[in-house]
Amino acid sequence: MSAEQETRAVRCLVAKVGLDGHDRGAHVIARAFRDAGFEVVYSGLHRAPEEIVQAAVQEDVDVLGISILSGAHNTLVPKVIEGLKEYGAFEDTLILVGGIIPDDDEADLKELGVAEVFGPGTPMEETIEFIRDNLPERE
Amino acid sequence: MDGTDATALGDGDAALVEDLLAGSHRALARVITRIEDRAAGYRGIVAALHEHTGGADVIGITGAPGAGKSTLVDKLAAAYRDRGDTVGVVAVDPSSPYTGGAVLGDRIRMASNVGDMDVFFRSMSARGQLGGLSMATADAVKALDAFGKDVIIIETVGAGQNEVDVVRTADTVAVLVQPGSGDDVQTLKAGILEIGDVFVVNKADMDGAERTLAELEEMVHRRESPTEGLDGGHHGFEVPDHPDDGDREGNRDGGDDTGEAPAWTPEVLGTVANTGEGVSELIETFDAHATHLRESGAIESTKRRRYAEEIRTLVRSDVGALASAEIERRGGIDALADSVRRRETDPYSLAAAIVEPIAECVESGGESVESDGEGAGGGKQVDRDAT
Repeated sequence: MSAEQETRAVRCLVAKVGLDGHDRGAHVIARAFRDAGFEVVYSGLHRAPEEIVQAAVQEDVDVLGISILSGAHNTLVPKVIEGLKEYGAFEDTLILVGGIIPDDDEADLKELGVAEVFGPGTPMEETIEFIRDNLPERE
Repeated sequence: MDGTDATALGDGDAALVEDLLAGSHRALARVITRIEDRAAGYRGIVAALHEHTGGADVIGITGAPGAGKSTLVDKLAAAYRDRGDTVGVVAVDPSSPYTGGAVLGDRIRMASNVGDMDVFFRSMSARGQLGGLSMATADAVKALDAFGKDVIIIETVGAGQNEVDVVRTADTVAVLVQPGSGDDVQTLKAGILEIGDVFVVNKADMDGAERTLAELEEMVHRRESPTEGLDGGHHGFEVPDHPDDGDREGNRDGGDDTGEAPAWTPEVLGTVANTGEGVSELIETFDAHATHLRESGAIESTKRRRYAEEIRTLVRSDVGALASAEIERRGGIDALADSVRRRETDPYSLAAAIVEPIAECVESGGESVESDGEGAGGGKQVDRDAT
């Protein structure tokens, strides 16, 4: 009966974790996502992993983009993933990491459940394309 | 979903509702997403939640961009948590009319409630049109209410009618004003001044705050004078119903006899959201207004008005969808517009022709009931005129 139009939008959380004050990249990404028609929640700087988890769960985002330039990804990303699992939000959240991540670490992060790692110089279209292709299925 | 009944609850949705009522944050978040998406079955979910609502105080906060709404909401949430209340926040941000994209930035200010899951903060963007946003907000508030939040805060930029509608889904509305914004106060007069139960001059430590407070104070009292001052005009000083803080209690008792609820005089307060100054006074005022609504019985008329609005919006959007389907059947809106452009027909005749099948259904229903004959007859008249 209800012919009401569905208005699904891709929801993303762009997150800065830990002691890392460089957010220009995160801003640029947030803007590009917005222009791609996504709804972007920006976390702000210096967030603890628990805050990121809280935001990702409450905002029910499809995509969690973590930007880390401090080199602490091996400590911070697992904590975020751990927290998401605790709330049952890990399975259907696409987790991306952006920043300077050594190749060995990239493999480890992917092992943990990170879908993709985007290094410096990645074209914006590539990231957006990746999100569109890999959006988690939700009933 | 079986598609015959819009409010039917599928198995998965029933489990989702159960999880929400059991206190799962994930389920609450997912329900709000479904509401926002207008996803299949969301009506069933909201319908199932409805009986569990009604326990929360709903507060709306609006004001110009940069007035400090998000910062104040953060401090309010922290203060409510300190006294043991759980808090839900729905923060509405505009979205791009071109791409539909949005950057929802209100969350950045939520610094006082880190890692506290009992503050449930949700950002929403204005996605649909035609009252869709206020519907989605009202439904999200219901989800938070059913979840068991004690206080729910709706935060929105007070820019247009859409946002005013959103904030009207709240029981208590606070309007935030910046100091030294004399011109802003002028523009506030028209729409937003009427909806405010509390006026807050935020950044009250800035220059010009005193003056803005005084101007608002004056405007608030001028607003009530046309109705209250008239019958007592001759005895200016003896009129007992000019509400002073102390007199309000007696005033309320008197109001019961006449059956008319005593009016609430909007409060004017100063706050400094950054430092938290004035936040506890603001919460006291919210509580006083909630008590006033309950004791004067105004809450019932407020709720009746709100649900009436909700029913109307729903019916309007459903009928609108029927009409859109009919437009599609007739070749789409572009083809119809072209025929108008070629002077083959005119917009009025077209609209009447599109509505005709819908009107016919309403008429046949009205005849069987018989009581609604007049309305159906009116509809027939319109159709005849058109054809």
